[in-house]
Amino acid sequence: MATTAIAAADPAVDAVRRRPGLLRRFRRYPLPALGVLLLAALVTSAIGAPWFAGQDPFEMNVVDRLQPPSGDYWFGTDAYGRDIFSRTLHGGRVSLVIGVAVAAASTLIGLLIGVVAGYFRTADAVLMRIMDGLMAIPGILLAIALMSLTRASLWVVIVAITIPEVPRVVRLVRAVVLSVREQVYIQAATAIGTNFPRLMLKHILPNTLAPLIVQATYIAASAVLVESYLSFLGVGTPPEVPSWGNIIAEGRLYVQIAFWNILFPSVFLALMVLSINVLGDGLRDMLDPRLARRL
Amino acid sequence: MTPVLDVAGLVKHYPLSAAWFGRARGQVRAVDGVSFAIGEGETLGLVGESGCGKSTVGKAVLKLIEPSAGSIRLNGEDITALKPAAMVAHRRRMQVIFQDPYSSLNPRMTAGNIVAEPLINFGIGNRAEQQERVAALFGRVGLRPDQRDNYPHEFSGGQRQRLGIARALALGPSLIIGDEPVSALDVSVQAQVINLMMDLQEEYRLSYLFIAHDLGVVEHISHRVAVMYLGKIVEVAPRAALFEAPRHPYTEALLAAVPVSHPRQRRRRLVLKGDVPSPINPPSGCRFHTRCPIAVERCRSEEPLLVADTDGHAAACHLREPAR
Repeated sequence: MATTAIAAADPAVDAVRRRPGLLRRFRRYPLPALGVLLLAALVTSAIGAPWFAGQDPFEMNVVDRLQPPSGDYWFGTDAYGRDIFSRTLHGGRVSLVIGVAVAAASTLIGLLIGVVAGYFRTADAVLMRIMDGLMAIPGILLAIALMSLTRASLWVVIVAITIPEVPRVVRLVRAVVLSVREQVYIQAATAIGTNFPRLMLKHILPNTLAPLIVQATYIAASAVLVESYLSFLGVGTPPEVPSWGNIIAEGRLYVQIAFWNILFPSVFLALMVLSINVLGDGLRDMLDPRLARRL
Repeated sequence: MTPVLDVAGLVKHYPLSAAWFGRARGQVRAVDGVSFAIGEGETLGLVGESGCGKSTVGKAVLKLIEPSAGSIRLNGEDITALKPAAMVAHRRRMQVIFQDPYSSLNPRMTAGNIVAEPLINFGIGNRAEQQERVAALFGRVGLRPDQRDNYPHEFSGGQRQRLGIARALALGPSLIIGDEPVSALDVSVQAQVINLMMDLQEEYRLSYLFIAHDLGVVEHISHRVAVMYLGKIVEVAPRAALFEAPRHPYTEALLAAVPVSHPRQRRRRLVLKGDVPSPINPPSGCRFHTRCPIAVERCRSEEPLLVADTDGHAAACHLREPAR
């Protein structure tokens, strides 16, 4: 990643003058651009799964069980004769929903708490101790506890992954707000009579967002990963829903005679996480004011 | 006539952070009883070395920090104890230009929005009128109106300081506090900004509190000059009197430290010994006695008063009594 940052630094100097077009930006940041393309393909395949997949992911053809990849079944079939290609594409929908929902929920909640903790020094001590407490709970344990208290559902998984992420966002936002509030332009805003809501909205929040957006992408990637290992352990997405973790968990039993059961969902999972992370790295470089202030 | 700004006995002490559950172990006496007044259209230069409390005076007058004691009157109205919300109304009459033009402008706002913000805050005019006023202000401080959509990092240091001046002018204040407004700029740009400030003063009858450590700049812009040492004013005088006939030994030493412009020119060297004492535990009596070349026994025990003669020249020194 270091090489892209260095390579990007030089042309970014004249980015100040010319507002770069989409194509030029792609050339300047080739790796993030690749990540965006890959992610776009995965997202499209997940959203369009009912149309692209061809077969029903739940339809069992017991005659064709554990078939290797072929013209009929591109990724082969599982122990019940279900089409792995269709199941993998549909599994992407679960990952997508979880990634986006967890990233959105944890950044929103974290932003709110973080700004309050960073700006109001009295609230800070209490809020940060609560966050420390939350950080001490292992994510898996929390998921297992929630699962045993309620019925397994997508919502419970989202909540279980979001809760351990919130303190990380709070810490990040608080640190940024602490440094921003000491800036001279905040004093300047007070001197020209800026009221509190406007100070927050126009001066503090915009200067907090860049690192938060980058953090949100990393959270999305980690949420996708956490969902699959929770599902693999049987404490995640309900088993009847095809998610990558569930497909891998079921395929694990037959890995010696039908490795494709595990191979394809694993590859999709790896590509999804990789592409989101690469996108996050690219965003971090682009949002860094020293490299290019305007996106 | 009431002065635009009248500061009396201004004090700002910072408590030293206490140990756990302990009481504060002492306080930093950043500003320790400072009084001065600024009339309409007048510039008071406030000079002193780093850490003498001159910027703290500026921030306290602006109520960006709460003064510990003393009173601040703006156009005769006491603003010392006003809460931040009540203070807002008075900010129209008192504005500030900061030292660092790089950190005093929000990097994520356009230049036009930065200058328009005070107008928006006070609901002055509709959008079109605000845009018109911003364009006029840009022109007045020497920026092109078409630079409104640029971001601060796209300007040079001098241009950024002009933006800061435009923002300070937007509300039509009667007093502008310049907290070392040119010390971050290079010399040629300093001159441009100083001249702009002087033109604006003439045009709008502005009063300036001009905080600086560069005596050359202060001599150029000020009508009167106050010299600070360790949180106190040691000498106040009209510009000519202070630069030609300084009374306080500290002022003499400051003036002797100004580099001369001609290489052959020699001047009497007066170098102070030692460092500035700590403002946590300032010396007894006259605060300057530890470094003063002419100090006598009386200076150690008795604090000299700042007494003005009939010309308005005041120096806090036992040995340099005003001419009567």
